[in-house]
Amino acid sequence: MTATIGGTSTALVEEVGTPAPAGGPPTSTRRILTTITRDKGALACVLFLAIVVLMAVAAPLITKLSGWGPYQFDSAAINSDLGGVPHGALGGISGKHWFGVEPQNGRDIFARIVYGARVSITISLSATLLTGVLGVVLGMLAGFYRGWVDQVISRLMDFLMAFPALIFMIAILSSLPAGNRPVLLVVVISAFGWPYLARVIRGQTMTLANREFVEAARASGAKDVQVVFREILPNLRGSIIVMTTLAIPGYIGTEAGLSFLGVGVSPPTASWGQMISSSVSWYSVDPMFFAIPGAFLFLTVLSLTVLGDKIRSVVDQGAAA
Amino acid sequence: MMRYVIGRLGGVVVILLAVCLFTYLIFFKLSPDPAVMICGKTCTPERIDSIRDVLGLNQPILTQFWEFLQGIFVGREYGTVHCPAPCLGYSFQTNESVWAMITARLPVSVTVAVGAAVLWLLAGVIGGLISAIKQGTWWDRTAMALALGGVSVPNYVLALVLQYVLVVKLQVLPFPSAPAFADNPVLWFEAYIMPWTVLAVGYACLYARLTRSNVIDTLSENYFRTARAKGLSRPLILRRHALRPALTPITTIFGMDFAGLLGGALITETVFGLNGIGKMAADSIAKNDQPVIMAVTLLAAFFVVIGNVVVDLVYIALDPRVRVTQ
Repeated sequence: MTATIGGTSTALVEEVGTPAPAGGPPTSTRRILTTITRDKGALACVLFLAIVVLMAVAAPLITKLSGWGPYQFDSAAINSDLGGVPHGALGGISGKHWFGVEPQNGRDIFARIVYGARVSITISLSATLLTGVLGVVLGMLAGFYRGWVDQVISRLMDFLMAFPALIFMIAILSSLPAGNRPVLLVVVISAFGWPYLARVIRGQTMTLANREFVEAARASGAKDVQVVFREILPNLRGSIIVMTTLAIPGYIGTEAGLSFLGVGVSPPTASWGQMISSSVSWYSVDPMFFAIPGAFLFLTVLSLTVLGDKIRSVVDQGAAA
Repeated sequence: MMRYVIGRLGGVVVILLAVCLFTYLIFFKLSPDPAVMICGKTCTPERIDSIRDVLGLNQPILTQFWEFLQGIFVGREYGTVHCPAPCLGYSFQTNESVWAMITARLPVSVTVAVGAAVLWLLAGVIGGLISAIKQGTWWDRTAMALALGGVSVPNYVLALVLQYVLVVKLQVLPFPSAPAFADNPVLWFEAYIMPWTVLAVGYACLYARLTRSNVIDTLSENYFRTARAKGLSRPLILRRHALRPALTPITTIFGMDFAGLLGGALITETVFGLNGIGKMAADSIAKNDQPVIMAVTLLAAFFVVIGNVVVDLVYIALDPRVRVTQ
């Protein structure tokens, strides 16, 4: 469902917001890394994500090895007498087509998965980066300067969070002229995503700004900019890491959902969500067509969620210690 | 208290107006030519001109917006067509007032939302509670691992998997077609059980995690120790002291999630072919029927904003601490 995609990730992040570690000693990156390498589950997640990222980065190289590009039609692999169902069992999985082919047009699913990873990773990472910058900057501005700055930013956040984000994204994307879809997706996802990070950052900045070390820095003549970047920002690192790792799977899901609904990445560009969408009319005759992109989407989101959860527990423990 | 409620309602009116204006601007200013969009794919130049004329698209944007607002409260005329009071627009593709289209489909969406909400509340809260009480046991660890998995399944993937396994392979359920409850209660239930489950899984997993961490937090509070020291039994304390503070935050999130669902579950309704507001929105997106998409957006925003207020009021009733600081 629609509101869920936005809503679920939101609520997951909400969980982080409550036990906000307002400035304990910042958890060292090394501690996060050691915890992850000692945990078999987390390690498996890292491994899977590494494979996905590798697929995304080296997509043209990989498809050269597998022999089929994402836009190549292979009419020999499908049975045109049966309405275009792939030849062979399991959606036409063979040595030639590692993950089988799409029904009707015979495009290689492996190649499309590899190129789809590119779309998912690029869009979700860019959206995370943009939300991160917006959320941290605006959240810190509101929390540090308070007064009318806070009023303006907070009202804007209330306004944006009052929207059913997914329906609104659809509305915007469907009314805009086609143009550069991926960029539009990133902008729209970030526009509705930043308040959730900014709200947490704002609250923590408010508490941190009253702490003794900030006062000490001021007394020794530090300017606002120095206080913000040298004193406050390092203490926010834990929450920023946790909230962004938990946001990425949400954005991957959102992109896939929007593409599923036909307002995301436009064909013939491959995206996992859009592959699942085109498999809907085929699922009873060719279940592999939806099972493969579905599994990749699920595993990627799961890996990121598990990792984010692990990192959060490390950071929380660090704050409690 | 009265003053607070009135203040909140005032805020709601402002936000709803802002939402209307924002939506209107997006649809009528951002899109290159709204008349062409509204007219749809099969369209003649004369029809585009008449639509432009009927909608007053040649007038300044504020006048247009004012007419749109007027339409919502007193109705308006689209050329020869009359669109009665809550006029959210007129679909030139289906030749129907959008409000009529919405009211025809609202019952299905409400059924979907209510059923799913009951499922996820029960499963989530009970699951989370058991996990908290049995903290650290294999039940707790398994349940929480499953919950992480459940949060990660995109619901259209789950919907297709369920549909494939239960309908195509095992054939325990018929292909969904939503009959009226009165006609055939069994078929009605069978049609809705899959959408309910699909929608409920993600939320149930989240609620289980939230309930668990809230209950565990509450159990470490001082008053809990006091109650133990007084000699009260654990189950009694759980019922009397732990549940209320642990579940109050859940009501907040529940209100928002439920309100969000009332505006239509686009993907789920589409996959299961349920003719609710969500499916109508998805179909309108495919046909580019702008007035319908705009009305659904407004309706969904309306539900969320109202849900927000209701949640705040319920919160005041539930949590004495908020009342004191008021």
